[in-house]
Amino acid sequence: MSAAPGAAARSGAGERWFEALTGQAGLRPAGPRSVRVADAPLGGERARFIAVVPDGGNRFPRARCGEVGLDEAWALAREVRRVMAEDLDQPRRALIALVDVTSQAYGRREELLGIHLAGAAAADAYASARLAGHPVIALLIGKAMSGAFLTHGYQANRILALDSPEVQVHAMSKESAARVTRRSVEALEELGERIVPMAYDVRSFARLGLVHRLIEGVNAATPAATDVERVRGELLAAVTDARGAARDLSSRLTSAAAAQLRRASIEVRRRLTEQWDAR
Amino acid sequence: MSARTRQSFSELSARERARALLDPGTFRELLGPFERLKSPWLPLQDIVAQADDGVVVARGTLDRESAVAAAIEGAYQGGSIGEVSGAKIAGALELALRDCERGRPVRPLLLLETGGVRLQEANLGLAAIAEIHAAIIALRRHVPVVGVIAGLVGCFGGMSLAAALCSHLIITRQARLGMNGPEVIEQEAGIAELDATDGTDIWSLMGGEQRYATGLADALVEDDVAAIAVAVRNAFRSATAPRSEQVEEFGRRLAAIDAQAPPSPAQLRTLWARARRP
Repeated sequence: MSAAPGAAARSGAGERWFEALTGQAGLRPAGPRSVRVADAPLGGERARFIAVVPDGGNRFPRARCGEVGLDEAWALAREVRRVMAEDLDQPRRALIALVDVTSQAYGRREELLGIHLAGAAAADAYASARLAGHPVIALLIGKAMSGAFLTHGYQANRILALDSPEVQVHAMSKESAARVTRRSVEALEELGERIVPMAYDVRSFARLGLVHRLIEGVNAATPAATDVERVRGELLAAVTDARGAARDLSSRLTSAAAAQLRRASIEVRRRLTEQWDAR
Repeated sequence: MSARTRQSFSELSARERARALLDPGTFRELLGPFERLKSPWLPLQDIVAQADDGVVVARGTLDRESAVAAAIEGAYQGGSIGEVSGAKIAGALELALRDCERGRPVRPLLLLETGGVRLQEANLGLAAIAEIHAAIIALRRHVPVVGVIAGLVGCFGGMSLAAALCSHLIITRQARLGMNGPEVIEQEAGIAELDATDGTDIWSLMGGEQRYATGLADALVEDDVAAIAVAVRNAFRSATAPRSEQVEEFGRRLAAIDAQAPPSPAQLRTLWARARRP
């Protein structure tokens, strides 16, 4: 891994699922090749699909393996806000974020040029779209890592995930976390088995109550036509569900799973509410 | 201000910082240490959990207006965001939002001193940070959200996005603001990319003065309690469009950069100096 960090993460799942769901390549004339955007039918309506995919020719070298870099994050912000502007006077289109992002881009140029603001702008756009009534659905089809996930997907009304070993969620890639914490990858995996929020696999992530639907029996790497249709159905159901529900993220705390493993998150809010106004 | 009367802000604890900035005599802590709301995850990893999980939430007033301050303790676990500390910040912002929606504005103040997600609570820290982002964005439509980055820990990881989402960001010279910490960049990209021990280089990239000079922070202040207290009150009076909404302007600035031959930090100050707030 050390020779080319991130190279192993070039799964291509983002591109494959994007093309399978939209029938298009989704390249924008003025946008980076790494951000794919297209409208496609979803049930009786149209939805806008957005994916971040690897671009080996990325002008920023640290963002060539599927990372969310400066251009990617600003493009996400621009594309999401474009949908909001287009739908100001009409029914709000659903936004489907296809998530296979290995990490944010780590580099000197990135910090100099404010990648933290770029990431914030993308998160801001997704959250603003959600608050404006666009159902925002994240579909995890590969890696959903750290700052990249915060930028692309984590502001969704509903998070769906394929129940597949390729789907991983974490605050830091396994290899990086092993280096930073000076533990072996095996030791990290052992820790994840004991401590659920430390785990990388999507089933553990779902146990935290953060996943609206875990979609079983679908081939994440090479989806068959039946897989694509099943996923389309799940996306439509999530859009319908989101349209009839609150526009905030409160659903993440109300599931049976959250009541188990996010007990502290719920308890903190309960007591804060009690103490908020002076007695 | 004479040197005699200066009092360092960054040397204060999180609790003292919140108390120092709220109007005198109005500090009222919520979920204080006696509540014993600790991290449920650290003891499982043989790490002693602190009784407030490193975040102090306090009600009070700012310029006699109802306010809430959330202050992160940089001395505890590097100011990292775990399940409880993150829920305290997100929950406080969500209640401020509830009050704003009921026509009772609350001024939210974030005192940031954090390396980002606490790796021992990984996915629950990340989830809490997403909820903090969501709350800032929703709340900002009602009232400015003001952030302060003052001390040597700085503000990194997912919380650097929270800083960038603030309506108004106050920073000191010794503070740093960046998405990725220097050690992580060196580890991931190699020492040729960034030498994490080269403080001069790092501050030139992400130090408070550079962030202010390139329009990525709104106020550069001395590490002084009185100066920061004034800057915070000014921030709530000067409502501007948040930087993270200025997509076209910042997109243009980035497009004009040559990625193969990027500007030096000093050159960037010239390039991005003019429109501090587009």
